[in-house]
Amino acid sequence: MHKTAAAGPLRAPVNRILEHTLVDGPGNRTIVFFQECNIGCRYCHNPETQRMCIGCGSCVDQCPAGALRLEAGRVIWDRELCVGCDTCIHVCPHYSSPKVTEMTVDEVYEEIRRNIPFIRGITVSGGECSLRLPFLQELFARCRNLSLTCLMDCNGTVPLWDEPVMEVCDGVMLDVKAWDEGCFRRLTGAGNSVVKENLRHLSEMEKLEELRIVCLDGWVDAPEVIRGIAQTVTEKTKRETLLKLIRFRSMGVRGELAKAPSPSGAYMAELEKLARQLGFENIRVV
Amino acid sequence: MDREALARETYGILTSDKLTYRQKLIQLAKQAENSLEVLHIPEKFAKYFETRALCDMGEGNAPYRPRYVMVDYERFMKQGSEFLKIEPPKTLDEAIFALLTLYYHVPSITTMPVYIGNLDTLLDPFLDGLSDEEVKAKFKLFLNYVDRTIADGYCHANLGPKDLRATRLLLECEKELKNAVPNFTIKYDIDETPDDLMEQAILCALECANPAIANHKAHKDTYWDYGISSCYNILPLRGGSYILSRVVIPRLAKMADSTEQFLEEVLPDALLGLGQYMDERIRFLVEESGFFQSSFLVKEGLIERENFTAMFGVAGLCDGVNYLLRDSGKRYGHDPEADDLADRIMTIIADFAASYPAKYCEASGGHYYLHAQAGLSTDEGVTSGVRIVVGDEPESLYAHLRHSARFHRFFPTGCSDIFPFEVTARNNPAAVLDIIKGAFREGDKYMAIYQSDSDLVRITGYLVKRSDIEKYDSGQVVLQDTVQNGSSNYKLNRLADRKVRSNA
Repeated sequence: MHKTAAAGPLRAPVNRILEHTLVDGPGNRTIVFFQECNIGCRYCHNPETQRMCIGCGSCVDQCPAGALRLEAGRVIWDRELCVGCDTCIHVCPHYSSPKVTEMTVDEVYEEIRRNIPFIRGITVSGGECSLRLPFLQELFARCRNLSLTCLMDCNGTVPLWDEPVMEVCDGVMLDVKAWDEGCFRRLTGAGNSVVKENLRHLSEMEKLEELRIVCLDGWVDAPEVIRGIAQTVTEKTKRETLLKLIRFRSMGVRGELAKAPSPSGAYMAELEKLARQLGFENIRVV
Repeated sequence: MDREALARETYGILTSDKLTYRQKLIQLAKQAENSLEVLHIPEKFAKYFETRALCDMGEGNAPYRPRYVMVDYERFMKQGSEFLKIEPPKTLDEAIFALLTLYYHVPSITTMPVYIGNLDTLLDPFLDGLSDEEVKAKFKLFLNYVDRTIADGYCHANLGPKDLRATRLLLECEKELKNAVPNFTIKYDIDETPDDLMEQAILCALECANPAIANHKAHKDTYWDYGISSCYNILPLRGGSYILSRVVIPRLAKMADSTEQFLEEVLPDALLGLGQYMDERIRFLVEESGFFQSSFLVKEGLIERENFTAMFGVAGLCDGVNYLLRDSGKRYGHDPEADDLADRIMTIIADFAASYPAKYCEASGGHYYLHAQAGLSTDEGVTSGVRIVVGDEPESLYAHLRHSARFHRFFPTGCSDIFPFEVTARNNPAAVLDIIKGAFREGDKYMAIYQSDSDLVRITGYLVKRSDIEKYDSGQVVLQDTVQNGSSNYKLNRLADRKVRSNA
C-alpha cells in the first residue's frame, strides 16, 4: 500500500540490513538487501527475497514463536517475538518473506550512519536493487556526504548507464549470469541483452567495481561468459576490475538445483586459466 | 600450608610424569619460596584473600624478581654487555646471538622473559646486504629457538609502528612457522603504519593468531616509552612491573549485602587491603630481596628501578555486575543500567588508584596503574578484565567494540578483547582493518583476532595450540607450560563458544 503513495517520502521494501559484510565489496561495508527481484534464477541462494508478500498467511500458523499474524490481508511480523528461526521463509510458497520492512531513505540512512566509523561504505543488494533507482539516488547522495562509498550489487537487467543514480554510485558489482541468450533464459526466465549493454557502458564509464560469474557446469556457460566479457569491456577493466569466479553452492537453493553438486576445483582452475589467457589480471576464485 | 602438606605437594611435582624437567624445576623453586613466611600480610587483605576476592596471582610468598622485566634491548644492542662479555653486534648473526644470550638471563615471574623487545627495530639495522631469503632463514632459526627454549606463551615480542623491512619479513616468517611462542603484538598507529602492512599483519593473525594489534596512539604517552609483555601488559620500557595483584569483582560482590553496601563499604575496604598488600610485596622485593642490588641488568642500565610500576588488577567486572543485578536480570554489555553500574564500580577503583600513594612507582606518577587482568587457569565465573562473558556477546560487533572502548579507558597498563573471525575474512583483510580502525577511533586500546578454525587459539591473551591441549589432556608431556593453563581455561571459560564474527 505504501508503494502507491504518490506524496511523501520515498519508501522501499527492505529484507534486511547487515551492519557489516566481509564479502560484498572492498573493505568493511554495511549491506542493504531490498526485497523483490525482476528475474528468478534457478540457483538463487536467497529465494525469499524474490517476490513481495501477497498476504496468503501460509506462514502464520507455522511460526513457532507466534511472531506472525494476519491483519486486513497482510502478514504482520513482530520483530520482538521473532526468534530468527526462518521457518516462515522456508514454508513460503511464493519466494517471499513476511520479515520485510517498508523503509524511508531517512530510516535506512540512520541505520547506516550509526555504523560509522567502522565502515568505509555501503553495498545495496537484493532482491534486485536496481528496481529502486530513485530511492538509491537519494540514499547514495546522503551517504556520500558522510564520505561513504556506495556500490550496487545487481543483475544488470535494468538499463543503468543513462540513469542519474550513476552520478552518485561509485561502482556496480555486476552479476553476468550467462552469455548465450537461451542459456540465460533457461537459468533466469528473462533475456540478457540489457546486461550486455550495461556491461559495455559501465566499463566505458569506469563504474565496474566487480564482475561475478556463478559457475555451474551444465547450467552456466561460464567459458562463454568469460570470453563475452573479455570482448565487451575495456582493457582497463580487464586489468583492474575484480573478476570473481564463484563456485555454485547449493546452500539456500530451492527446486531442481537444491542438491546440485558444486563444480570441481579442476573446473574452476580451468576457468581461471582461461580468464588469465584473455587478459584478466585481477581474478579470484571463491 | 603445613610442612607435611608442602612436602606431599613437592613430592607430587618431583615425581610427576606430565611435567618436563624444566617445568618441575620451576615448580620446585616455587615450593621452596612458599615455605617462607617473610611478608607482613595486612589484615584487611587477609580477610578478602580468604574468599579469593583479593588475589596475589600465586606469585609466591617472597618476591625475589619483578613479575615483568622490560629490558631496554636497544641500549643493549648499542653497548653490548660487560657482564655477558658481549660486544655491540655488527652483523645479523651477532645481533641474534647477542639477543638469545641475553634472553637466557632475563627473569620474570615465569622465570623466562615475558618481553623480548621490538624485534623489527632491533634487527632491521643489520639487514643490509642480505637477500630476503637469507634474512628469513636466520629469522626462522631465531624464532624457533625462542619457541623451543622460552617455552612459555607469556613471552611477548613487539613490532611496529614503523614500517620496516624487518617488520614484513618477521610477519612472513611467523605466518609460515605458526609458533605459539613468542606472542606478537604490532603497535598500530593509524596515521603512521601503512594499510598494506596492517593487511599483511591481519592475514598473518588470521592464519596463526599472531600478531595482536595495539592502539599505539592510546598507549604511547603512558610512560616515557613502553613495551607490551605477556598478556597485554603495557609497561614502561627499561623497567617493568614489580607485581600484579587483583580484585575479583564477582567474589567481592558476593561478600556484600546490597549493591549500595558493595559500592560504599565492601569495595573501598577491599581496595585499601589490596593497596596495602601490594605495598608490602614491593617493599620486600625492592628493599630485601637483593634483586635490584645484584642484577647486572640494573648495573648496566638495561633496566632501572625507577622505571618500574605495579599493576592493580581488576577481573570479572561482567560477572560482578551481573551478580549484583541478578534480581532484575539486567546484563553487562546489554542493558544501560548494568553498564552504568559497571562504570560506577570502575570509577571508584580508578579514583582509589589515583589517590593511593605507591612507593617506588615513580614511573606511574607515584600510583598504581589499573590493569584489566585476563584470568587464571583456575578461575571459574570470572570473565577476563572488563570483557563481556563468552556466549553473551552483543549481536552487533560495533556495539561490542563501543562497549569495550567505554571500559578500556580506565586501564593504562593493558586491556584487550579477542575476536574470532570467520574464514571469509581471509579474502578481505581490508575489511578487518576497517573494523580495527573504527574500534581504535572509538577508543579501544587493543584487539586480538584469530580465525575460528585456526589451531592456535587465544586463551586470555596468550596462545595455545588446540592440538597441544588435546595431547596434554590425553596424558602426554608437552613443551610449553602455558598449555597446562590453557587446557583448563579453555574449558572453564567455554572459549570454543566465543562469538565468531562473520559477514552476518
